[in-house]
Order: sequence, then structure tokens, then C-alpha cells
Amino acid sequence: MSDATTTNLTLAYYPGCSQTGTAAEYDRSSRACCAALGVGLVDVPDWSCCGSTPAHTVDHHLAGALAARNLIQAELTGHDRVATPCPSCLAALRTASHHLAEDSHPNGAAQNNASPGDADPNSRTRPSFRSQVERLLDRPAPLRSVAVSVLQVLVEDVGVEAIAAAVKHPLTGLRVAPYYGCIMNRPPGLMAFDDPENPTALDRVLTACGATVVDFPFKTECCGAAFAMPRLDIMQRLSARLLDMAASCGADAIAVACPLCQMNLDLRRGQVNAFSLGQGGIGHAMPVPYFTQLLGLALGLPESGLGLDKLVLDLRPALAAAAERTAEAQKLSAQAAQAQKSAKANGKNGTGHGPKPGCKENTPCA
Amino acid sequence: MHIPTPPLDLEHARDASFQAAVASESGQCLASCYQCGMCTAGCAYTPDYDVPVHQVMRLVQLGLREQVLSCRAIWLCASCQACTTRCPNNIDVARVMDVLRHMARRAGHAPEANVKTFADSFLASVARHGRVFEAGLAAVFAIKSGRPMQDAGLGLPMLTRGKLALIPHEPTGNGKAEVAAIFARFNRFADQGAGRHSHDDVQRSGTPKASANTPKARSDTAKDSAPTTEDGQ
Amino acid sequence: MRIGVMVCHCGNNIAATVDCEAVAAAAREFPDVVFATDHMYACSDPGQGTIEKTIRELKLDGVVVASCSPRMHEVTFRRAVERAGLNRYMFEMANIREHVAWISLDRKRNTEKAIDLVRMAVEKLRYDRPLTAKSFEVQKRVLIIGAGVAGIQAALDCAEGGLDVVLVERKASIGGVMSKLDKTFPTIDCSVCVLGPKMVDVGQHPRITLHTLSEVEELSGYVGNFEVTIRKKTPYVDWVKCTGCGACLEKCPSRKVPDSHNEGISTTTAITIPFPQAIPKRAAIDPTVCLHFTKGTCGVCKKVCPADAIDYDLKDEVVTEKVGAVIAATGLDLFDHRKCGEYGGGRYPDVITSLQYERMLSASGPTNGHIQRPSDGAEPKTVVFISCVGSRDRSVDRPYCSNFCCMYTAKQAILTRDHIPDSRAYVFYMDIRATGKGYEEFVRRAQEEYEVQYIRGRVAQIYPLYPLAGPEGNQLVVRGADTLLGVQVEIKADLVVLAVGAESAHGAPALAEKLRISYDAYGFFLESHPKLRPVETNTVGVFLAGACQAPKDIPASVAQASAAAGKVLALLSKDKLESDPQIAQVQAMRCIGCGKCERTCPFGAIRMRELRDGAKRAEVVETVCQGCGICSVTCPVRAIQLAHFTDSQLLAEVNALCRTWTETTGS
Repeated sequence: MSDATTTNLTLAYYPGCSQTGTAAEYDRSSRACCAALGVGLVDVPDWSCCGSTPAHTVDHHLAGALAARNLIQAELTGHDRVATPCPSCLAALRTASHHLAEDSHPNGAAQNNASPGDADPNSRTRPSFRSQVERLLDRPAPLRSVAVSVLQVLVEDVGVEAIAAAVKHPLTGLRVAPYYGCIMNRPPGLMAFDDPENPTALDRVLTACGATVVDFPFKTECCGAAFAMPRLDIMQRLSARLLDMAASCGADAIAVACPLCQMNLDLRRGQVNAFSLGQGGIGHAMPVPYFTQLLGLALGLPESGLGLDKLVLDLRPALAAAAERTAEAQKLSAQAAQAQKSAKANGKNGTGHGPKPGCKENTPCA
Repeated sequence: MHIPTPPLDLEHARDASFQAAVASESGQCLASCYQCGMCTAGCAYTPDYDVPVHQVMRLVQLGLREQVLSCRAIWLCASCQACTTRCPNNIDVARVMDVLRHMARRAGHAPEANVKTFADSFLASVARHGRVFEAGLAAVFAIKSGRPMQDAGLGLPMLTRGKLALIPHEPTGNGKAEVAAIFARFNRFADQGAGRHSHDDVQRSGTPKASANTPKARSDTAKDSAPTTEDGQ
Repeated sequence: MRIGVMVCHCGNNIAATVDCEAVAAAAREFPDVVFATDHMYACSDPGQGTIEKTIRELKLDGVVVASCSPRMHEVTFRRAVERAGLNRYMFEMANIREHVAWISLDRKRNTEKAIDLVRMAVEKLRYDRPLTAKSFEVQKRVLIIGAGVAGIQAALDCAEGGLDVVLVERKASIGGVMSKLDKTFPTIDCSVCVLGPKMVDVGQHPRITLHTLSEVEELSGYVGNFEVTIRKKTPYVDWVKCTGCGACLEKCPSRKVPDSHNEGISTTTAITIPFPQAIPKRAAIDPTVCLHFTKGTCGVCKKVCPADAIDYDLKDEVVTEKVGAVIAATGLDLFDHRKCGEYGGGRYPDVITSLQYERMLSASGPTNGHIQRPSDGAEPKTVVFISCVGSRDRSVDRPYCSNFCCMYTAKQAILTRDHIPDSRAYVFYMDIRATGKGYEEFVRRAQEEYEVQYIRGRVAQIYPLYPLAGPEGNQLVVRGADTLLGVQVEIKADLVVLAVGAESAHGAPALAEKLRISYDAYGFFLESHPKLRPVETNTVGVFLAGACQAPKDIPASVAQASAAAGKVLALLSKDKLESDPQIAQVQAMRCIGCGKCERTCPFGAIRMRELRDGAKRAEVVETVCQGCGICSVTCPVRAIQLAHFTDSQLLAEVNALCRTWTETTGS
């Protein structure tokens, strides 16, 4: 873990459907960062859709079978851990593993909400989750492989110290709101990663990249998820709330880890801004890169390999503004040091350059 | 104008087996809920719900089956897990909402038609291609939802950034066939179980509500809940 | 032998499902039984009278009563047979209520089982022998652990009753949680004004020996003759010389030490006197923060002390005391709200605990009684109280109700409106539990007179309104539900007070192990019986007072403290105590000195005695043995018999039972 380039770390890799289309840049930048940090990824051969949210809203066994098929495929790589960038895929795969494992211990612990009475009076007569899933799969379901997020691999296997050591172009001065999305860490019993209310993994990665992480209170608030299509109004309301909060935190950019969040906040920004303006609020222009894109920049990877051109809202103005602000701050602190040296006058130091709400990057856009 | 609401005749209105059925399918003890409102307080969708989450739980506790299964709230839950994460009684509330949606589907309720259409179209795309084909899904949904222009403006920015794959990325090997087979089995088992389910539903639904239980709604559901053949490709 | 049997109906408790007359009739056929009858209530005065009369008239040698559990009435009936002139151990009880009548409705089979149980009791009685208790001297002193309001009350009551009291307190001053409170509900009288005089009394009472900064290390012995080892941590100040003048506090250079008496909302010095009313009012150094101990640099306090009391070379002291009884009064700790990430997990300075708020309200607190937001010192106008933080919450393993939070929250809301008349107070609650005298009226006053807005629902989230707004005007958004309206509610709050629940005192389970008493899954000490023995424990001579048993408010703690003191006074009013003769007895001839019994005895009641030839023999310390029987089954050569439960007595019961089986299956 000390030296990223020498770690012998290889996992199975499940890209997920979005990463072949609307979130191609998430896939590309995740692969690039992993390669640069010595994480080997072996694609799950012949992978299929994990079922995502629609499957479990229709049937838990169908969802289990669609996910389990990919866990079986993952075992073909010879690696028990499957990394995926997408939290929705992660949740689907982990939910399947969780319930399959539960069923293999009929009297196991994690059954339900520790009820005093028998919560499941029909459990003896109802066929088990595992048997139902295996009936749909028409073969035994796996137990060995377990899914982890790319973020978790970077934080826990590579480590933020190693990341910091590998950073070549620190993102100094860039103020980033870390937005985890709602299911990267929740529910905690299932995801078993980071704090469910105030996760810090993304914060630590971005800090290691040299960025300034703002204290973003809505790290895990829902953006409207898949409702953008069937109930655009809901997505607009929720995403607008996130953008307003990020702006009031003084963020130059929102770093995301979920393709659905990214689509709602970036591709659908026009729709969200239209809603805000209609409500008498303001629109926002801040870009919404994937955290892997920011990490890739900091690691000095070529921009072409990070898919920066795929972002609807350009990241470059934010980077330029950050660089400019940093230069100015350095100049001021140099002046202050000079002043202090020449005359031990007042005790003002050069750190008081906190961002102000409503500064340039956050002004309304059309 | 005002229609008086008579007192709820609990003995008559309750379906005593309903809470046990939800408990059985979700693995959650609904009797543990003490109505603190934590779920409602933290839910991003409470403003959009017709019945707030804690009252959904309350309706289940009381066995007011029709009122639960016909509400819109259970379709608007995004499974964001805020309720499950914070429930002081360790109830997996989101899973209960899932199960209620499954039951509502079987009972032929779909008050948020577009939400159901989206899920069905998504799964139909998966069943057909082995993976979800985003462009196809968007096109199908645009037509089915009756709002073809809602996301029309997104096409150009996606095209120019190479985000809109116009040809589905299907699994390279047997994956496509295997996924299709999973769906085929799912539909076959669902059909086999349909007799049982609809029997249950009719038996339990006490006073049938005309709006949701019309023969038409029922036949639509039977077709839609088996998302195999339609894709629009 | 002449045996009498009485079968009790227990009203309908037994008679409804057992044919008591048939049981009595069957008993008449058992060997040595000369008399058997049934009775409506054997435990009643006429019932006991019948037992006594029959013993005298028929010259019985022993009695069997078939009725309830021995835990209920064994002592009652033993006294009855004793009054009639029999040895109290020539009595057996068959439990045909809990073990028969209450567990089945099958009258025929119940009656058969009841007959079996009576048969077993009769057979055992035929092997019973009179046993005589021995008596021993007692120490007329009591150890009280913990000097909060419960420990203080118990100490004063015991001392007034003529007992010498050894009072041990972990902190530097006595007073406990109550000394931190501003006002008390439902009377709004000043907490420390009520407690202060009692604290002074403790400090001055000639019969009370006070050990502060001290903890119990070990307790050995048995009721009447305990020996306790106490570690007195050194304050690095000679408390005989120290006058409590406070000169050292003024000059101490390390001033950033979080003040635990003020719950960390202010700082204090490395050498400190906890609060103005502290007893003893003596200075103590915290060596973990003192510059002399951490860096070896400072020595200011030693220089400035006018009494020359500072001595950095002082060492901990270990003292032993002999006592006859023990009262545990270790109180409670509060739930750590850092576990509640949804409320900021301790990240927001303006989200504070109820006890921190209490210190803020207190005139002797760090803000001199002015309510100030920790972030900027501004006076809050909107204060939100959240109930049940760490109570009634299975997700943080605190499923129980903490008992008093509803009341202190009402009190704090009232005081908020009192201190800041143009403020608004909101209370999020799930249920209001106000069952004490005058409590419900108090909550109603908060709602009616003080216009505190109660909102039925829980809060899911707290976050800063505008994170960048800076200290001025920065409010917190409290997002909750009003379940009565069925809506989400949001309040922009200046200050949020979390009604944190009660937990057992830090280290309580370890102390319970030392005292050999039981504790529950949450570390609260277990009483002997929840209704009838609420201050006793299962270790004779160890009693409970206050919140160490369960979360309790001040009136309940004080009441239990006086009850415990009463129990101790009654116990130690006797010059000698009788030991229970139902204890292990070693047959020295059989003992091979293997020592297994010594190792398995949970009470340390067996020691190995060395004979003149170097061989070893087990020996039972009669006053320590609790009669559990573990040694008896451990002994590989059956050299230990438990009196009244000998092998022959138990086998007689088993034989009686098996005989009926072989008879019924045979016939």
C-alpha cells in the first residue's frame, strides 16, 4: 500500500450499462486511475445488466437473479472481489449477495429488524430467496464473489497516502463539493463502507488530489434518481436543492460518484435551472465531473483518457478560476509576509481568503 | 361539496392477514413501528407523496390493504435508503415499500402510470438486449409516456459528446440469451402464480374499488408486468 | 416418620386445572403420610393455622405443602412449621402452580403431574434432617460506592442511624450529575441549593469517611464481614495542607483543559477545583495535561501555593476497609450523540447536549446563566429540543426509555422562555412520559403558560442553512416530521438541544463483577426482584440506590437511597447474623485435595487446608458459601455434599418419579 505502483492488486471489474453510454467517461476515467495506481481490473466476461432499481421495484427474485448472473460471471475471472464504479450496480450486486448469504444460514443473524415476535410467520412455508433465485437462473447461485465500489478500492486498498504520493498536478485552489449520492453508503448494514450520514472517502481522495473540499451537508441526499424521465418535476426540485447548497458552500464543482447523479446535475442542468428560475431562484453553471476525472487530472493522466470532453458543463473555467485564485492568494500572502517582515504591524495573515457566496463561478447562468 | 367521512369501522375494514403478508414478503416486523415519523422527516419525496411514509406503515399495521396498495407514495419511493438507514426500529422501510409496490402491481394498481411504464420499459430493454439500451429506452418511454418532447433537448448535447450510443452494447457471449431465459422463466412462473395471486387479491380486497379493479386495468397489468416482448426497436 | 400434606387451591389459580382433592387423596397413600388435606389458601392465616394445629395434634415430623413456587412462600411455611415446634428444614414444597396449573389446561394430566410432584416431595422429606444455622459477628459499617445524590442520601441516612459510613467517589468532588443541574423539575428549585447543604453535611459528618478520586479495586468476604480495597488516586496535592484558596488555579499556565464539570463547553486549568461548592474543596492536578508531568517544565502551582501543599511526588494510596454491607450508587452516564450522524455527529457547535445546556443555564456555569450559542456567543432566539436521542432506539442498541428526559426537556424549554422572553422553543417528541407527582401539570404549564411548541415527530436531519454565512446569522435547519399533520416540517434554529438518554455509568459492569452482582445487557445493576426486592441484589448484603439500577430522576433516586439505607440499618441492627445452613459440606475422609472445587467456586468459598503431612483438603467457608452446588457436581470423588440437597435426597426424588413411570407403563 505504500507504493501504489508495486501493489499487486487485481479485481474483477463490472462496468455497468450506463458506463457504455451516458457515463462512458466514468468508465474511462475509472480504468485510467486504477491503472495509474496499480489496480488491475479484469472485465467480467459477457456481463449483463444487474437489474438496477427497476428490477427490485418489480420483483426481488428477478432482481436477485439478474445480479447473481453477473456474480457467477465474475467468478470466471478468478477474482472474488468485483469492483464497479456505479453505486446502483453496487447496491444490486451487494443486495443479491446479502440475501443469498442470509439464506444459506437459515437461523442466521441478519434476518430482520430484531423483532421480539416472529416477523415472518410464513418463512417456513415460503420457498427461500436462494431457491427462488436459482429457479430463475436454472443453476446454483454463487456465494463467493462480492462487489465493492471503485471508490472503496481506491480508499481502502490503494490508500489516500499512496494517492497523495502519486499526485503530479495537485488541484490546488479548486473548491469541490463531494457528492456521494444516496446509495454509495446506505443502508450501512448492506454497504458496509464509510459513514452513512457523513461519509468521508470522497473527501479524502479529493483532499489527496490537492483540492479544497467544502463541507457539503447534502453528501447523501437524493438527486431524484431515475425519476428524471417519469417525474421530471421531482428530479428538478431535488437536484435544484443540491445545486443551491453546493453554491452556498462556495463550490467550484461538484464531484460525483454516480452516473445517475451526474446525468441529473450535468446533462439535465438546463431542465433543473429552468425549474429554479421558475421558482424565483437562480441557475448554476458549476461543472459536475466524476471524482475519477478529477483524480486522473491530479495524477497527470492525459485528458483524452478521462473523457473531460464528455461533460456538458465544461470543467476548464473552474480549473482556471481556481488557478487564478491560488496565484492571487500566493501573491497576497507573499505581500503580507513582506509587510510583516518590514514592520511588525498588525497581525493580519494571508489565510483569510475564504470564498464568498455569490462570487463569480456561482452567478446565475441562463 | 364536502363528503362526510364516516368513522372507520376497523373490525370491518381491516384485513388481518395483510400485515403478516407484508412481513413475510419483506422479512420486516411491521409491528415494531412506533410511528415516530423519522422516515417521513428524512424522505426526499415526502412533498410528492399522497400518503407520508409513516402513514403507509400505519395503514399496513391496521391492515387497510386497499388504501395502501392504491396510494401513489409507494410508486414514488426512489429506494434512496434514507428511511432504512435511520429507522430507530431497524425496519428496512425501503424494502417494505418495494414489497407494497409488488403487491400493488399484482392487484392491478398503477396510479403513477409513468413510473410503472419506465420500470417496465427498462426491464423490457434488458430482456431484449441483455443490457439496458439507453437510447432505445428513452425513445420507447417518450412514446409510451405521451410526452415525446420532454427530453428532446438532451439529444444534441449527448450526440455531440458521444454519449448517445445508437446501437445497443450487448453482452458478447451467451449473456443475452441467458438474460432472456431468466425473464422467460420469471414470466412463466408469474403466470403460473397469477392464478394464486389474483385469487388472493380478489379474496382479500373486501370492497373492490371500481377505479383500480376494472377488468381493463387488470388485463393491462397482466401484460405489462411481464416485460418481455415490447421494446420498440 | 409422620408426614402431613396440604394441597393448596390458590383460589382458582391451581384448582381450576388441578383436582386438589384427588391430589390430597392420592397423597394419603404415600409411605409415612398420616394426614393429607386440601385448602383454599394454604398461605392464609387459617391455612397456616391448620398446618400448625395438625403438626401439634398429630405429632408430625415433617410437612409437605403443594402450592406455588418456593420463591413465593417457602419462608412463610418454614416459619409456620417452626412455630409448631419442628425444625424449619423438615419442610418441603411442591410447586403445582407455576409448574403445573399455569402451563396446561388438561385437568386429568395436570392432576397426575401434581400427584407426582407431591410424591417426590414426600420422598425427599423422608430423607431430610434438621439443620441449624450458625451465627457470626457483623461489622457495623457500610460501604457506599458513588457520591451522587443517591450515595449522599444513603450515606447521611446510614450515618444518622448510627452506622459508620465509608463513601467512595471516583471524581474529585461529591455531588454527581445533580451538582451540574441548574434547576430541578417540577418545582424549578435550584439544584445545587438543595444538594449543597447535604454535601456539606457529608463533609462534616463524624461518622462518614470520604474517599474521593477513589475507586473500589476489590471486594472480598460476605454479608456482615466484607473487606474492600480502595485505590485513592493522588491529586498531587496534600489535602491536609490545602485550604482550597484557589491561588494555584489563577497561576496555572495550561488553561485549555476541557472542563468536565461544565461538560466541555468551557475550559479549565490543569490544577483545578471542580466547582465552587465542591466537597472536599481541594485542588487536584490532572497529570495527563499538567505541563510538569507532560513536559517536565512547569512548577508554578508549587511556587504559588501559600500552604506548600503541592507535591508532585505523591503516589496513589491503597486502603482497605472492613464493612458489613455495601450500597452501590454509581449513577449514570449520558448517551454519546456523536453516534447520531444525522444530527451532525458532534460536528456542529450549536448542536449541544441537554447537560451542556444545563451548565449554560446555571448561574455558576461558564456563561453565568446566559444562554449563548457556542459558535458565536449570540443569544439564540429559536431553540429546538429533540427528545429520545439515544433512548427508545434499537438502531443504537438503546431500546429502553431513559425515564426523565421528557421532564427535563419541558423544564429547559420553560427556562429558555424565562431567560429569553422573545425566544421560541420547539420540542420534538414521540410520547410525553410524565408520570410523577405534579409532572403532567408541569408539562402542561410549558405548553400553556410558556407557549412551548410541542411537535409530535422525530427529527431526521440537521444541517447548516448557509454553510458559508459565517458565525453571524448562521442558523441550523432542523428537518423533522409532524406526524399529527402528516407533513415534513423545517425549523431554522439558532440552537439545538439534544435530550440525550441515560446509559449505565462507565465501568459499571466491571464493578458489578467485583461486587458479584448481576447486571443487564446495558450495564444496569439487577435488583433481586423487580417488585418485592427492588433495592436488594442477589448477593446478600449488597444493595442498590439510584440510577445504577435503571435510569431514575432525583426523587426516585433519593427514595431508593433511603430505602437501601433502611435495609442496611435493619440488617446491621443485629449484633450477629445467622448463616444459611444449606451449604456445601466436605467429607474430609473422601477428599483427595485435587482443588477442582476451589477453582470452580464462583464465590471463593472454598479454600485448601494443608494437613500436617502436607496433604491438602478442601474446606468450606461457611459464611461465604451460597449453596449453589457447583462444587458438589465438580468433585470427582463425591466428597462434597450440599446440605438439604444431598445425593440421597435427590435420588429419593428421582426414584419416586421413575417408580410412577414404571408403574404406569407396566400396568
